[in-house]
Amino acid sequence: MPVNHAQAVLNGERLALTRALTQIENNTAEGLEILEALFPHTGKAHLIGVTGAPGTGKSTLVNQLALAYRQPADGTIPPRVAIVAVDPTSPFTGGAILGDRVRMQDLAGDPGIFIRSMASRGSLGGLAAATAGLVQVFDAAGFEIIIIETVGAGQAEVDIARLAHSTIVIEAPGLGDEIQTIKAGILEIADILVVNKSDKPGAENTLRALRNMLSMAHPEGKHINHHGQLMEIDSETDQTENGWIPAVLPTVATSGEGIPDLVSSLDAHIDFLKSSDLWQLREEKRLKNQLETLLGTALRSRWEKSISPDIYQAALAKVIKRELSPWRAVEELIQGAGL
Amino acid sequence: MGNSQNKIRVLIAKAGLDGHDRGAKVVARALRDAGMEVIYTGLRQTPEMITEAALQEDVHVVGLSILSGAHMTLVPKILKLLKEQGLDDTRLFLGGIIPDQDKPELIKLGVNGIYGPGTSTQTIIEDIQKACQ
Repeated sequence: MPVNHAQAVLNGERLALTRALTQIENNTAEGLEILEALFPHTGKAHLIGVTGAPGTGKSTLVNQLALAYRQPADGTIPPRVAIVAVDPTSPFTGGAILGDRVRMQDLAGDPGIFIRSMASRGSLGGLAAATAGLVQVFDAAGFEIIIIETVGAGQAEVDIARLAHSTIVIEAPGLGDEIQTIKAGILEIADILVVNKSDKPGAENTLRALRNMLSMAHPEGKHINHHGQLMEIDSETDQTENGWIPAVLPTVATSGEGIPDLVSSLDAHIDFLKSSDLWQLREEKRLKNQLETLLGTALRSRWEKSISPDIYQAALAKVIKRELSPWRAVEELIQGAGL
Repeated sequence: MGNSQNKIRVLIAKAGLDGHDRGAKVVARALRDAGMEVIYTGLRQTPEMITEAALQEDVHVVGLSILSGAHMTLVPKILKLLKEQGLDDTRLFLGGIIPDQDKPELIKLGVNGIYGPGTSTQTIIEDIQKACQ
């Protein structure tokens, strides 16, 4: 049954696709078998991550990006585009409002586009635990471009960089001074930096602050002066892992201004990854990360099954009374579980 | 925590030419607080857009808000499109201004529940939970 289901997904049946996504999101046994059957067919799509603070225009930008991919200027056959949009789950009720589709109305009616909203369901890194699985289903189903929109991210939600080939970090004018740009975290994961709402006052300052930040990370003469233009880099003094220097692009997502430059920059990034073995390296890193995450979850759930709740409660009570330190308790609980 | 979890997924849509979405937002918020995952689509949705979103999001329930009086046109069309997509098991709930004389016909067509102004959100939550058991 799951094998037939996987075959239907490969055949492009949309009902089978959407039901498979649900099984995987709910982490059911059938979902796992479908993923198992689809896994050999994955690894072809260009995964584009879009992240940034709430209200910077992520959904609107994704809408424009998908439109641009679906209407290539040169008249070539457009790629099929899947969008996975993650919004936060309430830590109190477990409920969620998934509102990213509101900004993606222009995409309705195009059979080459599939939008799926996900709730984060307790994950803290900006994605949901099942996001990687959903992306693999879309990949196997033949979507060439997969855009992953994170929850509104602050400074440290950087999981997207481990999942996507190309990560776009969106900033908007007026969100802080230059100190913000030299902090560690989200700006470091950007392959492309976008200053959206660049028609608003202060956009020039934000653009300049980001460019200054980049010139500090990549000293003198290492700038990309034209979007998407790769420059030669002296590998000995190169401070980046890979020699790619992020472009800083202004956009106005509501009108589509700057989107063609963004698409060329994404194309340039993919060419760069593929011409330098980095594509393969990122694939390996991504699968390693997925393996480690799954291993962690599996070990934990095996531990949960093997330890009696009484022992756990007893240990917790001792910790609360400060008779046992949390560190020692962990040791004892792991030993008690016989792992 | 990696365990399988089945959340009730609801699509809240405003159909047709009707810009009043306060009621839809109140219901969306109440369902969220009841632990459901609510996909909000925004204003002026055609039956085709609503059905497409219901398919892509694989929702258990479509909650439709109509205050324009066009329900006798929109609802049959949406029900027909849902069936065509193979979404026979998707439940349809209706809110807004629906005259009493239209209700029996709508229920016969397959609408699961109809709620006018003043309905307690608790009633809607319970009806949806019952329909999704």
